[in-house]
Amino acid sequence: MNEDSYLLNVEDLSLKRGSHDILSHVNLRLRAGEVHGLLGLNGSGKSSLAYALMGSAGYEPDGGLIEFAGRDITHFSITERARLGLTLAWQEPARFEGLPVGAYLALGAKEQNRESVAAALEAVALAPAAYMKRPLNHTLSGGERKRIELAAVFAMQAKMVILDEPDSGVDILTLGDVAALVKAMATQGRSVLLITHRDEMITAADSASLMCQGTIVFRGSPDEVRQYYGKRCRMHGGVLSAQPWERDSAGWSIPT
Amino acid sequence: MKAELRPLHQGRVQAEPAWTKELEAILEAYGKAGGDPAVLNKSNVATLVVSSNRVLVANEIPGVRFEAEELPHGVHVRILVAPDAHVDKTVHLCFGMLPAEGEQEIIAEYDIGSGAQVEFLAHCTFPNAIRLRHVMDARIHVGTGARMIYRESHFHGTKGGIEVLPKAKVAIDEGGTFLTTFSLVHGRVGKLDIDYDVAAAKGSVAELTTKAYGQSDDLVRVSETLHLNGEGARGLMKTRIAVRDSATSEVFTTAEGNAPFARGHMDCTEVIRGGATARNVPVVVVRDDRAHVTHEAAIGTVNHKELETLMARGLDEEEAVDIIIRGMLQES
Repeated sequence: MNEDSYLLNVEDLSLKRGSHDILSHVNLRLRAGEVHGLLGLNGSGKSSLAYALMGSAGYEPDGGLIEFAGRDITHFSITERARLGLTLAWQEPARFEGLPVGAYLALGAKEQNRESVAAALEAVALAPAAYMKRPLNHTLSGGERKRIELAAVFAMQAKMVILDEPDSGVDILTLGDVAALVKAMATQGRSVLLITHRDEMITAADSASLMCQGTIVFRGSPDEVRQYYGKRCRMHGGVLSAQPWERDSAGWSIPT
Repeated sequence: MKAELRPLHQGRVQAEPAWTKELEAILEAYGKAGGDPAVLNKSNVATLVVSSNRVLVANEIPGVRFEAEELPHGVHVRILVAPDAHVDKTVHLCFGMLPAEGEQEIIAEYDIGSGAQVEFLAHCTFPNAIRLRHVMDARIHVGTGARMIYRESHFHGTKGGIEVLPKAKVAIDEGGTFLTTFSLVHGRVGKLDIDYDVAAAKGSVAELTTKAYGQSDDLVRVSETLHLNGEGARGLMKTRIAVRDSATSEVFTTAEGNAPFARGHMDCTEVIRGGATARNVPVVVVRDDRAHVTHEAAIGTVNHKELETLMARGLDEEEAVDIIIRGMLQES
């Protein structure tokens, strides 16, 4: 395998909060044009990995390496990463008082014209005429803001898009909507890191990983990862967000 | 000396080259302040244009009358809206000064007759200000059941050498409505010192919104007092100010609930960046146990998530901050 062919190369990435490991020796690689599903339960560290990859404040790694498009971006600012072609659609999109949807989309769009912005809205099943001039504030529902967030990264035409739980939230996007968007991005040659806790979502991916307790515990095809997830992932003790695997000398196993 | 009232649509201004040049310059500045100069050329739109101490244009329409007197350093204008007049097109006012130095004093009296409805859009423009002082001293009377909307937008150029002192004393009669927005978000602020005092009678409504964006060593000071004197009077004072660099923002608002069922609220948001300073002092006074007055204030930096979202679209931090602040100031 040619090392240079990876668009994203994450090696041994670690992030601590106090004595708690948020990310622990994460290794992840994506090729240009690849759609990769990152599956895991709530609290497994998926979003933390997304923020660390994007360079968010408070998510600076304590160890490891992030390479993107052949550059070591481990200590790059968010802007520098975005200008290299990496972006993120947040799980909970921000509101922007006074900023119309069309203007927001145009800010990062590769082609800053009305047609490009309208196409991005249509890609997330929103009518341009109805949304272009609406302010991106509390008057939009969570689901609408979610779609607009996805439209923003679509319009950007970045080399790689991290989609953090694109199906979550009130008034959720349907699986079909997300799959269609991911497919449209892949058709344009974009890489997508699709983060989700719903195993059926990763069927839209070319490859997949399973994350648990801040690290990647299994890799394979989407089917293999779904099987592994279905067989082995269950809440222990009936506690939400508890993690199903524990690490021992033999590796990852279900706690007894 | 009574100023000659000059309707632009009659074409008289064009006959005097000196005035034409000044008018063109002030209209260009009016455009920079966010106004549409073409509107001032419409005969069915009430218009008043004042440059330094001269009235360049005064176009009256049925129900709206202007009286003006030139003063050594400004003008004294009376703006009269007839009782029950429903003025369907916004009245456009333009006050400005082209020189870099000097003083302009506008003494303005607004008398909105009972039952009248009118909206004003005022642009105050000082594009070349280096050492300039602009004083606006307004007396506003909103008659019984009348409705007055007054929006004022300023443009002060890029030098910051200006001192602007808008002062208004407002009386709203029973059932009247007074809504005003003051906006200074383009160019430098210089020194801004707003002083509004509003008395609201029975069943009347007052809403005061102030928006400003200070940078460098600008000073923004807002003092507003709302006397809810009549039963059921309602009032809102909303302030949105952003300051960066070494600019200072000081907001002093007082709301008095002086009558049964009066309702007042003060809502202040100030965003600071760099070495700027922001201060908010709300004062609540209640003199009737059936009145209710509240306040909320937030001072802090720009929202972290909004900032990172825009940076993830490729904007640098300064660009992102500017967009977030301007968005906040635009929202009213």
